[in-house]
Amino acid sequence: MLQEQELKTFVEGTTNYFEVAAQQPASVGSPYLVTEGLPAVHEYTGVITVSGRREGVVYFTAPKAMLTVLLMKMQENDFSHENMRDLVGEVANTISGNARRDFGNEFVISVPNVLTGERSDPPLVAGARSFVIPINWRSHSAKLVVSLK
Amino acid sequence: MNRTAPGRRRPFRMLIVDDSNIMRRRIERSQQLDELEVVGSASNGVEALELFRKTDPDLVTMDLTMPQMDGIECIEQLVRLKPDVRILVISALADKATAVDAMEKGANGFLHKPFTDRQLNEAIAELIGEC
Repeated sequence: MLQEQELKTFVEGTTNYFEVAAQQPASVGSPYLVTEGLPAVHEYTGVITVSGRREGVVYFTAPKAMLTVLLMKMQENDFSHENMRDLVGEVANTISGNARRDFGNEFVISVPNVLTGERSDPPLVAGARSFVIPINWRSHSAKLVVSLK
Repeated sequence: MNRTAPGRRRPFRMLIVDDSNIMRRRIERSQQLDELEVVGSASNGVEALELFRKTDPDLVTMDLTMPQMDGIECIEQLVRLKPDVRILVISALADKATAVDAMEKGANGFLHKPFTDRQLNEAIAELIGEC
């Protein structure tokens, strides 16, 4: 089961991502436990499947408006659907990959699988506890969901 | 404009390998060092090998987590093809074992994602200095 210290790894990873990649800190809230199913997603969701010593998913879900501003901050001028998909996958990949600093190389991460649309269903892993890490950046809200056994 | 290093007849040729289009463009854009010429970009290890054979780069920036062929396997094959190629791994994988593995397979530097432009330029400059 996911421990408090392990969640801290993801909170720190998320904080670091926005500080470095977006050059503007995000307000990363306290993680909360989802008691039923998985939380609703935004328009774009980057899903990383975790295997090895841990099993589950980590996903970053964000609205288009937030990704657009993130792309601008990265000096990108292509705001196409494909670039939104690319970015949301890259954020999920970076935060999950950074978690190996604490989890080690047996925390095996997949390449990102990107879902689009607010009705999409990220995979739910039976027996995993799911925590939501709320992210507020500029005027936008996003979530990192960590669901690991 | 490309400027060559003292005593060098041509700019350093660089191949960029990353499955993220945004990341490939970012690396390309950040090459403030005008001693570089980007000769190609690939989105996985298979494409990278093909482009490597065609373009004969001096430097390669290499992501690790990619579809089809991952970065570690690609590094092994690139080093077999050209033992003196300089490889900078640019990856989110932040554990020490992965960095050690990449270096043992033939990488010359490791830059963790996310990174600043300054960190990227310094990492590339260090590699050029070793060429």
